[in-house]
This record gives sequence, C-alpha cells and structure tokens, in this order.
Amino acid sequence: MTITKTQRDILGSSALRPDGISKVQGDYEFSSDLHAENMLWGATLRSPHPYARIVSIDVSAAWKIAGVECVITADDVPGQLTYGLISEDQPVFANDVVRYMGEPIAAVAADHPETCRRALAAIHVVYEVLAPLTNPEHAIDESHEPIHPDGNIIRRQRIVHGDMHATAPIVVEGTYDIGMQDQAFLGTESALAIPDHDGAGIEVFVATQWLHEDRKQMAKCLGMPEEKVRLVLGGVGGAFGAREDISLQVHTALLAMRTSRPVKMQYGREESFFGHVHRHPAQIWMRHHANTDGRIVKIEARFVFDGGAYSSTSSAVLINGVTHTQGPYQCPNAIVDGYAVRTNNPPCGAMRGFGVVQACFAHEGQMDKLAAATGIDEVEIRLRNIIHTGDTMITGQILESVAPLERCIRETAAMPLPAEMGLQPHELDLPGGSGRTADRRNIVRGIGWGVSMKNLMYSEGFDDYSTARCTLTNGSVELKFATSEVGQGFVTLAPQIARSVLGVDEVTYDTIDTQIGSAGSTSASRQTWMSGGAVDGACRMVRERLFEHVGSLHGIEPLRLAIDDTDIIDTIGTLRISVQEASANFTVSETFEYHHRQTEDLDENGQGNCHVAFAFVAHRAVVDVDVELGLVKVVQIATAQDVGRVLNPMSVTGQIEGGIAQGLGLAVMEEIIVTNGIVRNPSFTDYLLPTALDAPQVLISMIEEPDPQAPMGAKGVGEAPCISVTPAIVAAIRNATGKSIDRCPVRPQDICF
Amino acid sequence: MPVFIPSSLAEATQLLSTNLDAHLLTGGTDMMVEVNFNHRHPETVIALRKVPEFQQWNIDSNARVVHIGSSVPYATMEHGELAKALPALAEAARTVGSPQIRAAGSLGGNLGTCSPAGDSLPVLSALDAIVHLQSEKATRSLSFAEFMVGPKRNSRQPDEIITGVTIPLTNGWQGYAKVGVRNAMVISVASVCLAIHDGKVRVALGSVGPTIIRCSESEAWINSVGLENVDHAIAQEFGAKVRAESRPIDDHRSTAEYRRHAVGVLAARLLLRGVQK
Amino acid sequence: MSESEHYTLTVNGVERKVSDAWIGESLLYVLRERLGLPGSKGACEQGECGSCTVFVDNAAVCSCLVMAATAVGTQIATVEGLNEDGSLTDVQEAFVTEGAVQCGFCTPGLVMAVHHLLDHNDSPNEQEIKEALSGNICRCTGYGRIFAAVDTVISVRKGISS
Ligand SMILES: Cc1cc2nc3c(=O)[nH]c(=O)nc-3n(C[C@H](O)[C@H](O)[C@H](O)COP(=O)(O)OP(=O)(O)OC[C@H]3O[C@@H](n4cnc5c(N)ncnc54)[C@H](O)[C@@H]3O)c2cc1C
Ligand code: FES
Ligand code: FES
Repeated sequence: MTITKTQRDILGSSALRPDGISKVQGDYEFSSDLHAENMLWGATLRSPHPYARIVSIDVSAAWKIAGVECVITADDVPGQLTYGLISEDQPVFANDVVRYMGEPIAAVAADHPETCRRALAAIHVVYEVLAPLTNPEHAIDESHEPIHPDGNIIRRQRIVHGDMHATAPIVVEGTYDIGMQDQAFLGTESALAIPDHDGAGIEVFVATQWLHEDRKQMAKCLGMPEEKVRLVLGGVGGAFGAREDISLQVHTALLAMRTSRPVKMQYGREESFFGHVHRHPAQIWMRHHANTDGRIVKIEARFVFDGGAYSSTSSAVLINGVTHTQGPYQCPNAIVDGYAVRTNNPPCGAMRGFGVVQACFAHEGQMDKLAAATGIDEVEIRLRNIIHTGDTMITGQILESVAPLERCIRETAAMPLPAEMGLQPHELDLPGGSGRTADRRNIVRGIGWGVSMKNLMYSEGFDDYSTARCTLTNGSVELKFATSEVGQGFVTLAPQIARSVLGVDEVTYDTIDTQIGSAGSTSASRQTWMSGGAVDGACRMVRERLFEHVGSLHGIEPLRLAIDDTDIIDTIGTLRISVQEASANFTVSETFEYHHRQTEDLDENGQGNCHVAFAFVAHRAVVDVDVELGLVKVVQIATAQDVGRVLNPMSVTGQIEGGIAQGLGLAVMEEIIVTNGIVRNPSFTDYLLPTALDAPQVLISMIEEPDPQAPMGAKGVGEAPCISVTPAIVAAIRNATGKSIDRCPVRPQDICF
Repeated sequence: MPVFIPSSLAEATQLLSTNLDAHLLTGGTDMMVEVNFNHRHPETVIALRKVPEFQQWNIDSNARVVHIGSSVPYATMEHGELAKALPALAEAARTVGSPQIRAAGSLGGNLGTCSPAGDSLPVLSALDAIVHLQSEKATRSLSFAEFMVGPKRNSRQPDEIITGVTIPLTNGWQGYAKVGVRNAMVISVASVCLAIHDGKVRVALGSVGPTIIRCSESEAWINSVGLENVDHAIAQEFGAKVRAESRPIDDHRSTAEYRRHAVGVLAARLLLRGVQK
Repeated sequence: MSESEHYTLTVNGVERKVSDAWIGESLLYVLRERLGLPGSKGACEQGECGSCTVFVDNAAVCSCLVMAATAVGTQIATVEGLNEDGSLTDVQEAFVTEGAVQCGFCTPGLVMAVHHLLDHNDSPNEQEIKEALSGNICRCTGYGRIFAAVDTVISVRKGISS
C-alpha cells in the first residue's frame, strides 16, 4: 500500500511524520542500530554502594581477558574530570568516592558484549563503605558531613511577596510527597563513537536532547577543542528529560580515542535506570489562607527537592517548583522557602514538567482542601481564583502570556462524563484488570480536578536561542537545524512551516548534527517556539530574497508580493507566478537565530522576571476504585489545553495523550523505590509503566488563542499534559474513598488502610 | 554441541543423565531473563520444545483428571476445552505476563522456577495436582506440596525432567484472583486460588510465604460451617482466617501488612463467588 | 568467545547461518547483531516491553527471551519480512496515517502484535484489543493513536471506509 495525500502539509494540517514509514518498517536507524566496521563494544562498571570510599581499583585481570581492548578509569580522563549541565560537579569516573549506587567507576571496550561483562567482573575494586546521606532533611540541618566538596545544599531559594503578616479566616495546610519517577524512554542510552583517522578528532552518533551542550561537556572532558568533536543525532527512542544530561557520551568517545577503533555503547534497561537522572522526589508543605468566599490571600510553602548525588539541573528544577507555588491562581502574598539538596540517592534532574509537576501536586491538593473548608465546589473555587493576563505573580513578574484558563476549565467541565458502570462490567474494565480481583459491588467511582500553569522555555536570564538554515533551490527547500527529534515531531513541523511560509511542497531536512549553530535542548516545551521560530525566521528571510528576485524580474516593489498557497502574487496587481517557477534556477540560503525575550535572575526574595511565557491546562479525572483492595482504574481523563495555535492536530493529540499516560503513571504506579540509597526496582518488571489496559478514555479540547509573543502564535504543548493530570487522578481517588491521600504514586496500602 | 534439542522423552532424559549440569529450557521466559541479566551462564542447554509428550494435554472425563504436558503454553490454557475444565487455571494463566509471555511460558517452567509468585502454583496446590518427574531410569509422581519445598526450591533431582501435571477435576466452582498494581502484565503481589469439590472448600495462596500456602485451618473451619451457610459475615470471617494463615514479607513490591490484608479480601470474595452470593 | 556455536535459522523464509555465536545469545541479539535485521528493538531484554516481538512458528513472542540456538527448525518472521517489496501493510499504513508513531521505538513490535491480533480475530472488541497489546509498552503515545490505527485497519478490512 502507499499513502496518498489530499491536502498540502502546511501549518494547521495533520501532516504525517516524514520518518513514519521507516519507523513502521523497522528501517529507521536508532542510535542502538548503528554499526561500524571493526567496531568494539563498550561497557561501564558501576558502584554497588550508594556511598563509599574507593580504596583501590585493580584492572589488570580485565586487560588479560582475550578480546578486551581497553580498560579506563578516572586516571585516563585526559581533560576535565567532572561535567554537569549547570554546575560541573559530577565525575566522569569516580576516583576517590562513590556517591550513588550505579556511579561509573571504569569502562571497558571489547569484541563482544559478553566479553565486556566478563571484563567488568574481573575489575577488582576495594571499597570502604560509608554511611549514606539519604534523608534530605539531614542535608538541610547539616547533621551529615558534606558528601561532596560543593556541600549538601545545591540551592536554596526563598520567595517573599506582599504582606508577610496577612491572614484570612480559612486556613488549610498539607504536606505532600511525590515519588521518584523515571522517564523510561524505550530506547535506552546508546552511542557510536568513530575516531578520525588522524586521531585528532572524533565523530559521535548519539541519542540526545541537545547536541551542542553534549559536545561542549564532552570536549572539556576529552581535552579536545569543540570543533574536533562532531556530534550527529542517532535515532532517539524517546527522551522526556532523561537525555538532557550526558551519560555514556564521554565514556564511549574516550574508549574510541584510546583504541583508535569505533566503539558502540548501549545501556541495558537496568543500567539505564542508573545511567540517567530521574524526576526529583519532593516533599512540599503548603498552607493556604483564604477568605470565606474562597479567594486566596496568602500561601506559605516549603519545598524540599532531593537532588541526589550530583546537581544536574536541580537548581533550575527548584526555581520552577517554588515559582509555581501559587499554580494558576492569584496570590497576593506568599512566603516560600525551597531547597534542592544533595544526598546519596540517585541523581535527579530533568523530566517532563520539570519541578512544576511536584508543585502542582501540592497546590491542587490544597485547592481541594480549600474547597472542602469553604464548602465551595472544586470547579468554582478554582474559577474564583484563576490568574489572568496582567496579574502579578508571587515573583513580582507580570503574567504577559495569553491565559485562557477559564475556557480550559469550563470546556473541560462541559465534556461528557463516562457512562455509569453497567451491572455486568467486563472484567478487564474493573480495577485489578485481568487479576479478577473485584466484583461490581466492590467499586466506587470518583471524580477529581487538576489545573496547572507551566512556564515555557528556560528561565532566569538564560540567553536561549535556536538556529536554522533554509535553502531554496528550484522550488524545493532543504532545512538544516540541530534540533533533537526525540519523537515529538519537530521533523514534521519544520517542513510544515517552510511550506506555509514559502508556498513550496517539497521540503527535506539535512542530517541533524553540530554542523550548524545550537538549537538548544528538546525540553521545556521549547522547540516549537524556539526552533520553530528559527525555521520560521530563516524561511521568512528566504522569502524576502525570493520576493526581491521576483520583484526585480517583474519590476514590482517586493513589499507588494505575497504567498498565496503555492503562488507568489502581487497583492495590488495581477502578477501570479508559482513559487516553483519563480525559484527556477534560483538558489538562496539564509540562516536565522531565534532568541526569546530576555529574562532575569530572581533576587534573594525570589523577585524577578524570571520566566518567558506560560501555558495553561485543566484535567478532570474519573476513576473506579476498589476501596477494600486499594486498586484503581482510571476510566476517563477530560482535558482542555491552552495551545496558542494548533500547528498539527495529530501531533498535539499525541503529545496530550502521551503526557496523560505519564501523569497517570505517576499517580498510580510509577516509582523508583530507594531504601538507604539502594535502588530496589531497576527493571520493567518492577518499575511499572502504564500498559494499553491502563489507558483511560481521553477527551481533548485544544484551546486556540494565539499568543502574540510566540513566533507562530503556538505555545509548546509537550509538558502541560502530564502536570495536573496526576493531582486530578489522586483527587478522584480521594473523592471515591473519602481518604486524605497526600502522596503519589498512590499505593494500594494508601487507600485500603 | 552445547545445545541439544531432543525430539523424544527418552532422548531428553538420556541427554540429561549424561549432562547433569545442563540447563533445561522450555519457553525460556524465566531462564532467558537470567541469562540476559548475567545471572546464569549456561554452558549446555537441553531445549525441550520438540518433545511431543510435553506438548500434549488431555481431559480424561472417566478418571476425572486433566493431564497437561510441561511445555503446553499458557495461551492454550486460557481458552477452549482446557479453560472449561479448569477455570481457575485459565484465570491464572491469563494473568501471566503478556500475550507474548503466555505464548511461550509453561507449567514446566513455572514449576521449574518455583517462585512463590508463580501464578499456576496456587492453582496446582488448591486442585491437588500431581507433578510428574522422569529420569532416564525412573518416574516419580509427587503431590504439589511434596514438590515445592521453598522459595525457588523444589524436590526435582538433577537428572529429572518435569514431564507434566495431572490435575483432578472438581465438581464445584473454582477460581483464581491476583493483586498487582497494574491492570495487566504484573507479577503477583498476592494471589488466591479457591476450589470447591464435593461441597468442600480448598484454598491456596501465592506470594504470601516462602512457598504456596494451603490454608488447611481455614479450609477445616469453613467446611465445618458448611457452604450452604456462607453469607457475607461468614465470608469475612473466612477471610480473616486465611489472612492469619499467610506468612508474607515486606519487599519492594508491597508490604507484608498489605499482602496479608489482600489475601483475606480475595479469599472472602472468591468464597462468595463460589457460592454465588 | 570460548563457547562457540554454528547453526542455521529460518528467518522470513530464508535460511541464515549463524557462526561463532555464544549460546546465551537471544534471538533478538542474533537478529540484530549477526543477521543484520535491526528492525526488532530491545528495550528491556526481559519480556516486559514487547519491542522485540517476532513470530516463531506463527506465535508472537518476545525474541529477547528466545535462546537463538534453540530456534533451529522454526519459522521466524520479523518486521522486515512483513512486506519485502518495501510497500506497507495495512497495519503499517494505519500506524503512519493515524499518528500511532512518535519516537517509533515500540513501533515494530506493536506492528507485529497488531498483525498477530487481527490475523486471528478480525473483529476484536475494545477489551480484546487492549489485552492483545498489553505486552507492548509505548512510552510516547499513551496508546490513543495506536487504538485508532487498529480501528482503522479493522474497518478497512471489513470494507467500511474510514
Ligand atoms: C515479562 C514476564 C512476565 C512474567 N509474568 C509472570 C506472571 O505474571 N506470573 C508467573 O507466574 N510468571 C511470570 N513470568 C515468569 C515465567 O513466564 C513463568 O514462570 C513461566 O511459567 C516459565 O515458563 P517457561 O517455559 O518460559 O520456563 P523456562 O524459562 O524455560 O524455564 C524456567 C525454569 O524451569 C526449568 N525448567 C523448564 N522446563 C522444565 C522441565 N520440563 N523440567 C524441569 N525443569 C524445567 C528451567 O531450567 C528454568 O530453571 C513472567 C516472565 C516474564 C519474562
Ligand atoms: S526487549 Fe524483549 S520484551 Fe523488551
Ligand atoms: S512511540 Fe515512542 S515508545 Fe511508542
């Protein structure tokens, strides 16, 4: 069969993925599918202890195994010994101390993965096991010695806004715990490093979210100039934040440089759990003061994010958390204290929702408590408090983004509820599913709400930009960008933009690599805005040049020209010429760097214009609960999301449905369980992800109110879906059971006892 | 040759007797996980999939027993004649992993692994199944209780192969229920099989002890009460007795307290299903 | 490698020789690394994700759990063999057109699972579809577009235009 298309794949259409056909056929090359002639396999030795002094490392036996070509430790790192996204505090290989279970200690290269395993087993490390710091409060109260030269507090940020002494008649408080979630992308970390023949440079194919940042960190550790390190995006099997930090990049490159042979490294699932950062577990206390009409007067809050052993993006996650204390609600007065701390738990960093997931779980729990305390309905209390464009936030920043929050809530509320459960439900529709644990009479239904606001792009003065090049030749366009395609669909969107701006149909994109300026990271819901803005900008520049060309040929002022479908027209004359024809024998190439508006740091009171823009979303969850056994089936999620403008309805639907599934996971099943620094469930057997049988019905409304700040009016849609869905589900469980549940994921024992 | 694929039972037992360190492989759904995760390093493997006796099953309605060969995959037990004859086994089979796992996994492997979370095991226990073992020289038939002796421990001798099980039919209701935190593809946190035969209840528990627990005290109690007298209150009391017979531990999948609670709830519910109340 | 093994597998109807393999190698590894068939993906190597789904003698199984050396004499079918002339099967086409593909890592396994389902049941209900796909984890899509793709194939096969 072949796919036939009826409409042009311009902005607003459900253009199909250009890589879709190769993906369904199994031809698409993921980084793990790459091969090179004469290639070796690499593998990593990791610490079994969360905290220990390394007394000695003896690699001699590993070297002696037939097939082993290289063994490296910290002593072999030619450049900087540590790396990191914000602060460079993480060793490439631990040399004196290991600070988390799974920390890399050595790496080997050999002819077969099984030889690698044997080599790792032959490396003899003597540890002096130390008492780990695993309780974040002990990092704050300084009752544990510093486990790192940079200390145990990664960052503290306070927010003091308005009248600290303000009070109000209704006061509700709660302490909320959020478990450690894993991104659990399906394609585990992998890279292929190929050294140049002259030994001076290296090419690395890697699945990552941010090629240029990887390159910067790698070059430093490899002791090589950046231009000698060329990165090419290998096919990426999902990311969700876990590929923002580097993992095996330096190790693979170093093994390849040492052996002068291509080296491929790929983590198995268990190693993947140790090889990347997770969503921060957090404990959040909040106290809301409100008037009897439900209006919030003041919020007090304390956040503790457990950053684990190394800082990764913890300081930025903390800022996102504390600055979203109020959620999408007005709040004139606030006192917030937040910590991101270092412990001997697994390092935590970026994951879809980035600090806001945790804050939202707390503020939405509070809104329900406020509803209960005032006797106002959950929807009404939210509507009474919602924030509007022009309102001042607790950081003192004025909300400039379009904020169609009321529509989000009202349209969600208007969506149909699922039918009542019949008397003879299908067994798979009951909580417990195929386990046949429940009978109809054991089930109670509940409904809950979650509403959220999420910042888009990076914050705190980061000069964020993306680069794109557009080349028009003979009616077809080639785009070039370094934007990581991780599944989100930028490779679908970019050609749509070019088609819309330039009136062409044939658009291709070049290899995604570091041969052009940075695109920034595929994170923070930023690529549609940032790289979309860059592609849009480059295409517009090309269009100007094309209009100049056509104008001079026809003696028309270029300003009079416009694109109409696939033609260039004179807006006040009669000229109409197809772009195809107009660009015959004409080549023009333009590069554009898109920067968003500047932001600023927060001051010590947490005041400052730190965020670029915001998006809004509402979720309503319906759950069926087997109260006695504590099992939950999420029946339906209704959501209305502020998307600015829908550039590709099918892509947006995919982001919303996918984000909801991840939020559902955090609500009822996903948690990395860590006791005394030991990860107990680093496998898909015990780290449970939602299956097809756990997927609820999803009703979606996309609220389109184009944001004038956004290049195409479109806001990023990636993170919003997974933020307030978690509190909505937990609220629905509370509603069904009448229990106050202040943690997620909700475990059976949290419901039934 | 380190991999053998015998095509008869005699060949299989003979191969094993001369390669006592060989790893027996049926569906591979337990063994390959261990190999992939570096917990097992097989030098010699005897793959049993081609042994015809192991793939067969039959329902002997005269003797009122079902025989299931050790290689028969779960998928075969989920539907059709086998499911009609042994509904509890069908329900248990359906909870094992995913369709892909059920297409490969077998009773031979479940018994070989003998995990307390093995889903077929509470069923085999409650239904008083017999496990058949064969070596080059001899055959043995053991009751389930004789066969499973501890967590991942059974009384198979190194030269014996599990050939299959014989499961007596019940003339009353039977069913299986399993708690997991996901609606499919989940290892059991707690499970219960309840069967009624000649008006007497039998109940066996999974994942709440070092082995499968047959609840003899609870069985005796409910059988003295009499099935005709079962109502909600009796079922609750039965659940409490079952709970008391469980011996669960805390682990990363759940807590002992929850497991104890869960088997009590499941036992009560299964009893009510059994008497259709 | 010390232990070596030579054997022949029949993959997509073609006999393929495997030499000098370690016996512990899974079918997934052998397909991907020795036979140049990387279409089957590995995301867990313990049967929990379904990305490696292939057919062995018409049963859909996880190739990561098949010991390759013991699959001698079976008929193995992989995603590469679904349509050798490079065109798409109806299931593949529906995955593309319905937006069931994001990162695509789960996709080959899901395509196999959906073929297996629909080849054995031409009108599965919602629960049957979900149960049949419950061994294939997709982290990106939340399954909504995958269900849409399955529905499309069902209607097309029944001659109901979508
Ligand atoms: C993703 C996944 C999910 C799972 N979910 C479940 C679940 O929900 N419930 C459950 O109970 N199990 C589950 N399992 C475990 C496994 O599928 C079952 O235990 C299955 O019954 C094993 O059968 P097999 O034929 O695949 O065994 P194999 O892996 O072939 O063998 C298992 C063990 O038994 C031995 N053995 C095999 N056959 C014989 C024989 N004939 N005689 C003597 N010894 C033998 C082997 O040497 C090995 O030690 C799961 C496994 C996976 C990978
Ligand atoms: S790789 Fe085989 S099921 Fe995950
Ligand atoms: S599309 Fe990425 S895992 Fe399914």
